[in-house]
Amino acid sequence: MQISFTVNGTRQDMELDPRVTLLDALRDHLGLTGSKKGCDHGQCGACTVLVEGRRVNACLSLAAMHEGEEITTIEGIAQTSPDTAATLQQAMIDYDGMQCGYCTPGQVCSAVGMLSEAREGWPSHVTEDLDAPLELTRDELTERMSGNLCRCGCYPGIVKAIRTASEARTSDSEAA
Amino acid sequence: MSVQLKVDDRDTGEVTQNVLGRDTERRDARQKVTGRATYAAEIRPEGLVHGALVRAPGMGRVELANRAEVEAMPGVLMVLSDARMIRNAAQGAAGEAPVQGVETAAYVGQPVALVVAESFEAAAHAARTLTVTCEGASNEIDPEKVEIAEDDTDETAQGDLEAALREARHEIDRTYTTPSMHSAAMEPHAALAEWDGARLTVRASLQMLRYNRAEIADCLGIDTENVRLLSPFVGGGFGSKLGISAEAVAAALAARELGRPVRVVQHRRSVFEVNTRRSETTQRIRLGADAEGRLDAIGHEALVSNLPEEDFSEPVLQGTHFAYAARNRLLVQRTARIHRPAAGSVRAPGEAVGITAFEIAMDELADEVGIDPVELRLANIPEKDPESDVPFSSHMLAETLHDGAARFGWADRPRAARQRREGEWWIGSGMAACFRVNMMMPAEARVRLTADGAIVETDMTDIGTGSYSILGQIAAEALGLTAEGVEVRLGDTDFPPGSGSGGSFGAASTGTAVWLACAEIRTALAGRMDCEPGELTLREGTVQCGNRSRPLAELLNGETLTGHGEVEPGKAEDKVRQATFGACFAEVAVSDVTGETRLRRMVGSFAAGRILNPRTARSQAQGGMIWGTGMALTEALLHDRRDGHVVNRDLAEYHLPVHADIPEMDIALLEESDPWAGPLHAKGIGELGICGSGAAVINAIHNACGVRVRDLPATPDRVLGGLS
Amino acid sequence: MRPFDFTRPDDLEGACAAGFTEGATFIGGGTNLIDLMKLEVMAPAHVVDVTRLGLDRIEDEGDGLNIGATVRNADLAADPRVRRRYPVLSRALLAGASGQLRNRATTAGNLLQRTRCPYFQDRDSACNKRTPGAGCAALGGEVRNHAILGTSEHCIALHPSDMAVAMRALDAEIEVRDPEGGMRSMDLDHFYRLPRDTPHIETRLEPGDLITSVRLPAPKGDRQIYRKVRDRASYAFALVSVAAVLRMEGGKIAHAAVAFGGIGTEPWRDIEVDAMLTGETPSDSLFDKAGEVLVQGADVQDGTAFKVPLVQRVLKDVLWRAVA
Repeated sequence: MQISFTVNGTRQDMELDPRVTLLDALRDHLGLTGSKKGCDHGQCGACTVLVEGRRVNACLSLAAMHEGEEITTIEGIAQTSPDTAATLQQAMIDYDGMQCGYCTPGQVCSAVGMLSEAREGWPSHVTEDLDAPLELTRDELTERMSGNLCRCGCYPGIVKAIRTASEARTSDSEAA
Repeated sequence: MSVQLKVDDRDTGEVTQNVLGRDTERRDARQKVTGRATYAAEIRPEGLVHGALVRAPGMGRVELANRAEVEAMPGVLMVLSDARMIRNAAQGAAGEAPVQGVETAAYVGQPVALVVAESFEAAAHAARTLTVTCEGASNEIDPEKVEIAEDDTDETAQGDLEAALREARHEIDRTYTTPSMHSAAMEPHAALAEWDGARLTVRASLQMLRYNRAEIADCLGIDTENVRLLSPFVGGGFGSKLGISAEAVAAALAARELGRPVRVVQHRRSVFEVNTRRSETTQRIRLGADAEGRLDAIGHEALVSNLPEEDFSEPVLQGTHFAYAARNRLLVQRTARIHRPAAGSVRAPGEAVGITAFEIAMDELADEVGIDPVELRLANIPEKDPESDVPFSSHMLAETLHDGAARFGWADRPRAARQRREGEWWIGSGMAACFRVNMMMPAEARVRLTADGAIVETDMTDIGTGSYSILGQIAAEALGLTAEGVEVRLGDTDFPPGSGSGGSFGAASTGTAVWLACAEIRTALAGRMDCEPGELTLREGTVQCGNRSRPLAELLNGETLTGHGEVEPGKAEDKVRQATFGACFAEVAVSDVTGETRLRRMVGSFAAGRILNPRTARSQAQGGMIWGTGMALTEALLHDRRDGHVVNRDLAEYHLPVHADIPEMDIALLEESDPWAGPLHAKGIGELGICGSGAAVINAIHNACGVRVRDLPATPDRVLGGLS
Repeated sequence: MRPFDFTRPDDLEGACAAGFTEGATFIGGGTNLIDLMKLEVMAPAHVVDVTRLGLDRIEDEGDGLNIGATVRNADLAADPRVRRRYPVLSRALLAGASGQLRNRATTAGNLLQRTRCPYFQDRDSACNKRTPGAGCAALGGEVRNHAILGTSEHCIALHPSDMAVAMRALDAEIEVRDPEGGMRSMDLDHFYRLPRDTPHIETRLEPGDLITSVRLPAPKGDRQIYRKVRDRASYAFALVSVAAVLRMEGGKIAHAAVAFGGIGTEPWRDIEVDAMLTGETPSDSLFDKAGEVLVQGADVQDGTAFKVPLVQRVLKDVLWRAVA
């Protein structure tokens, strides 16, 4: 079937089998292999991309379900979310928030999506008071990032990197 | 030309540390954070087709009932079931084919066919459509129910254990169990095979290319020289990619028959069945000690399992052999031959489970004797290897214990259990010592120096360990360059064979080969300067001998100097006992309502020889500690009690720790230099963290709430059982 | 995945017509359906995308709330009205899955999610839910994330939802449109079917029925707690969960609605438990007795025996928190 959506600002028109997932469309049809296939069942988060600005598991979504939508992948995230993503990527390097690197793009995309959810004040499982303004503590970050598995064991570095990006962004907004 | 070294003795040289030992960013970090690091399945050659493995639903003789129907499905190119396909992944460093043939299934879940189609979707669907029937052999799947052959029993005895236990002031006799576990690397095993005449190229996700190349060649019956493997990036291995797996052989066979490139990526569910698991273990540990806690008797008997014809037996006792002194010792290892998926190396095979159980037993002994667990360890550090009587190459367990205890604030810990409570949560602390053997493997590397810089080439892999970074640092140090002045090319069998990644031997083994290759270049430069290599100083493009100095570019005169280094283990292995040591301290909270355990903080202090790059080394140690946490709290591969198949073969139900399970970790890498480890004085750090951290967590649970968990993992139900 | 046709109708009528065809299924977020389609545990011939029918709104309805069928779990959890008046629902949603999954998963899809029984997911194992009459491999197998209440000799599969547990405690109603365009509503209490000898029939929906919304009546209790116990700190299905909605008057429990996850073949609620709490003064013995009544006749296997003491302890804890 004919499917078109926008990826990292570029419109893509594709003729795809309806069975093709968003992840396989990106990786195998558009050559954007930065989004990883770790489990193909929504159990690891390595395939996380942003759809209309929201983080989702690209493996559990059919390409056909995204007609006309805006997709952002790791390849384009530094352009679409320059303030957060670029800081985060540098902080991931500084804190060595990666080893094998396979979960890394998903961690980055998920963190960017997560930080925008936090800015909207969304609560999480560990939020004490559902009505109070959100304070993005370490517990909040780790709970919100738990959909992204890392087998090498880089969680502490990833969390430090996200805190750095989050704080940089906060001070940016204050300066502005 | 080549510089060769057999490590027979202690090294007397010194290594400068300008680039080496520095905390620098991971060389491939930027590629990884931007998604530009390309893994095995991520290129799309012209004409690429896709394969999907098919599993056996039972054991015994295999029939592909509707093969013709599947072959006729739209887009399907072939159904491959070939005698050269392999039963399970090759064991580490096998260098030859594992058991081949798929006409019979030895375990439920064994790959028995490959379906190849024009698209991934067509292949996956056709593979699920293929009806596999198995004659239904009823092979034994329970390790407790089979008779153990003499060949599968290994015993080390010194003194008289029984008598010593009878006379001991304090005695512990406990049985611990650990379940099957899995590497579960984030990148599923994948291969992309393409033939050019008689030459085969496979892009694969593998750890030890020099052996993997021979394994694939042996499976296919072709010359090793005709196989080229490419693994520039590997999305985690942890032992599961030491040997080739089913997808690589099947992809190569299909590609040959179809004359097209074939890609096969294992489905996550296959990853849990086809690639080797860590064996479950049952460990009886008996300890006898005097009034001060000094051990006089150590008994450690382990039962593990594997498929028939597999050489590997989880070396549970590996750490016990040298961890603590005791005159009377009995160490017995038994391997049950059963038909669960094959067992093999998973991060720190042996100590990961053996030391974990042993260090829980030591905690129980400390309670029994009534002394501090740290003191108990300190009281039992052997002066020499307790069994062979050779000295240790270096031994810093005591230092790591002191350092870790101080960092953790161990002195503040109440010794008795159930002393601290915050709301419904019991708070407690536990510790354990860490032990891991240190190994060296044969390795070669080539270094080329031009006026523009150096290029390091070896088929060594970087599976997240930091090989790209440290090999570059080693060459930069040896050649007086900046880290940026060195390019590192890995993961290609066209390069000299490195050690591969595994067993924590990669950095020291391949690193030494790089160092030696640079030594050859230094010798050539010294020749051009007309001086001894020892007098040579290389710094920022300048070559110095005494008070003479010339620009490197001028000395090279447009030429390339090539060095080839080769290292192999030698007699040092017999002269000294070489190992790495550490100590882990954990604080947990245990819910009195639910039995849930939360790790609140963890401290690890480690001694592993010279640290080549603190940043990547710390990540390795941290990874090990997180693995230990998973082993203690969440990870268990469940085998169906009727046919042994892996029930929870996905990442939703095989519970790796998630972000929320892991607190900040405080990691110290103590300064150490081990001259018996070759000219770099460096040992392995990738596995040490898992060899004790899990016990620290389990011991902390006991200190928190008084529940002693002896069957891992400590899931809420198991802790609750002790609470109520 | 088996080949299928994909359509994305833009009105309810078209969607219901498409959904009424042989082998059709609706897709919302797809987080459960695509998972199972990849395993070919589900193999629809037609997939009808219902995410662009305008069913994604949360609207005030009297003193209650009308939640569109395709409202994403993340949006529902974050909605200020839900957070303030139905916190048990926010809590239950946030205790489930991951941020990514909640951004896709829908209200109706969550209600209809299938069991996580590993034998159901494994086509090489016998399963009466997947293939009626085939037998149940879970019985006598590795049983842990299975039910102890509502089971039958044909099926012990657990309903995995967190959200639906909270909705049961909130007396939710489901709005359904049938293929002829008729609308009807069903209590959530009567929506699910126990497995009995037809474990493949899980709800009272008929072919072509489309859930259009879930209605929450005004909250009957202001004391709302959701507590979930799982094998890791996040991103895992419940071993046991308890949702409680209580109202206190003069030191007595004036309204009690308690629902349970991790123990039932459907999101569990026991009116006997609610009745014995109502009108009573909180006490340890009352809550212990409620725990005893709850598990009367529980079908306990080797691997699920722990759920009895666990659910009793969590129930007691949740009730004390609710009345505090």
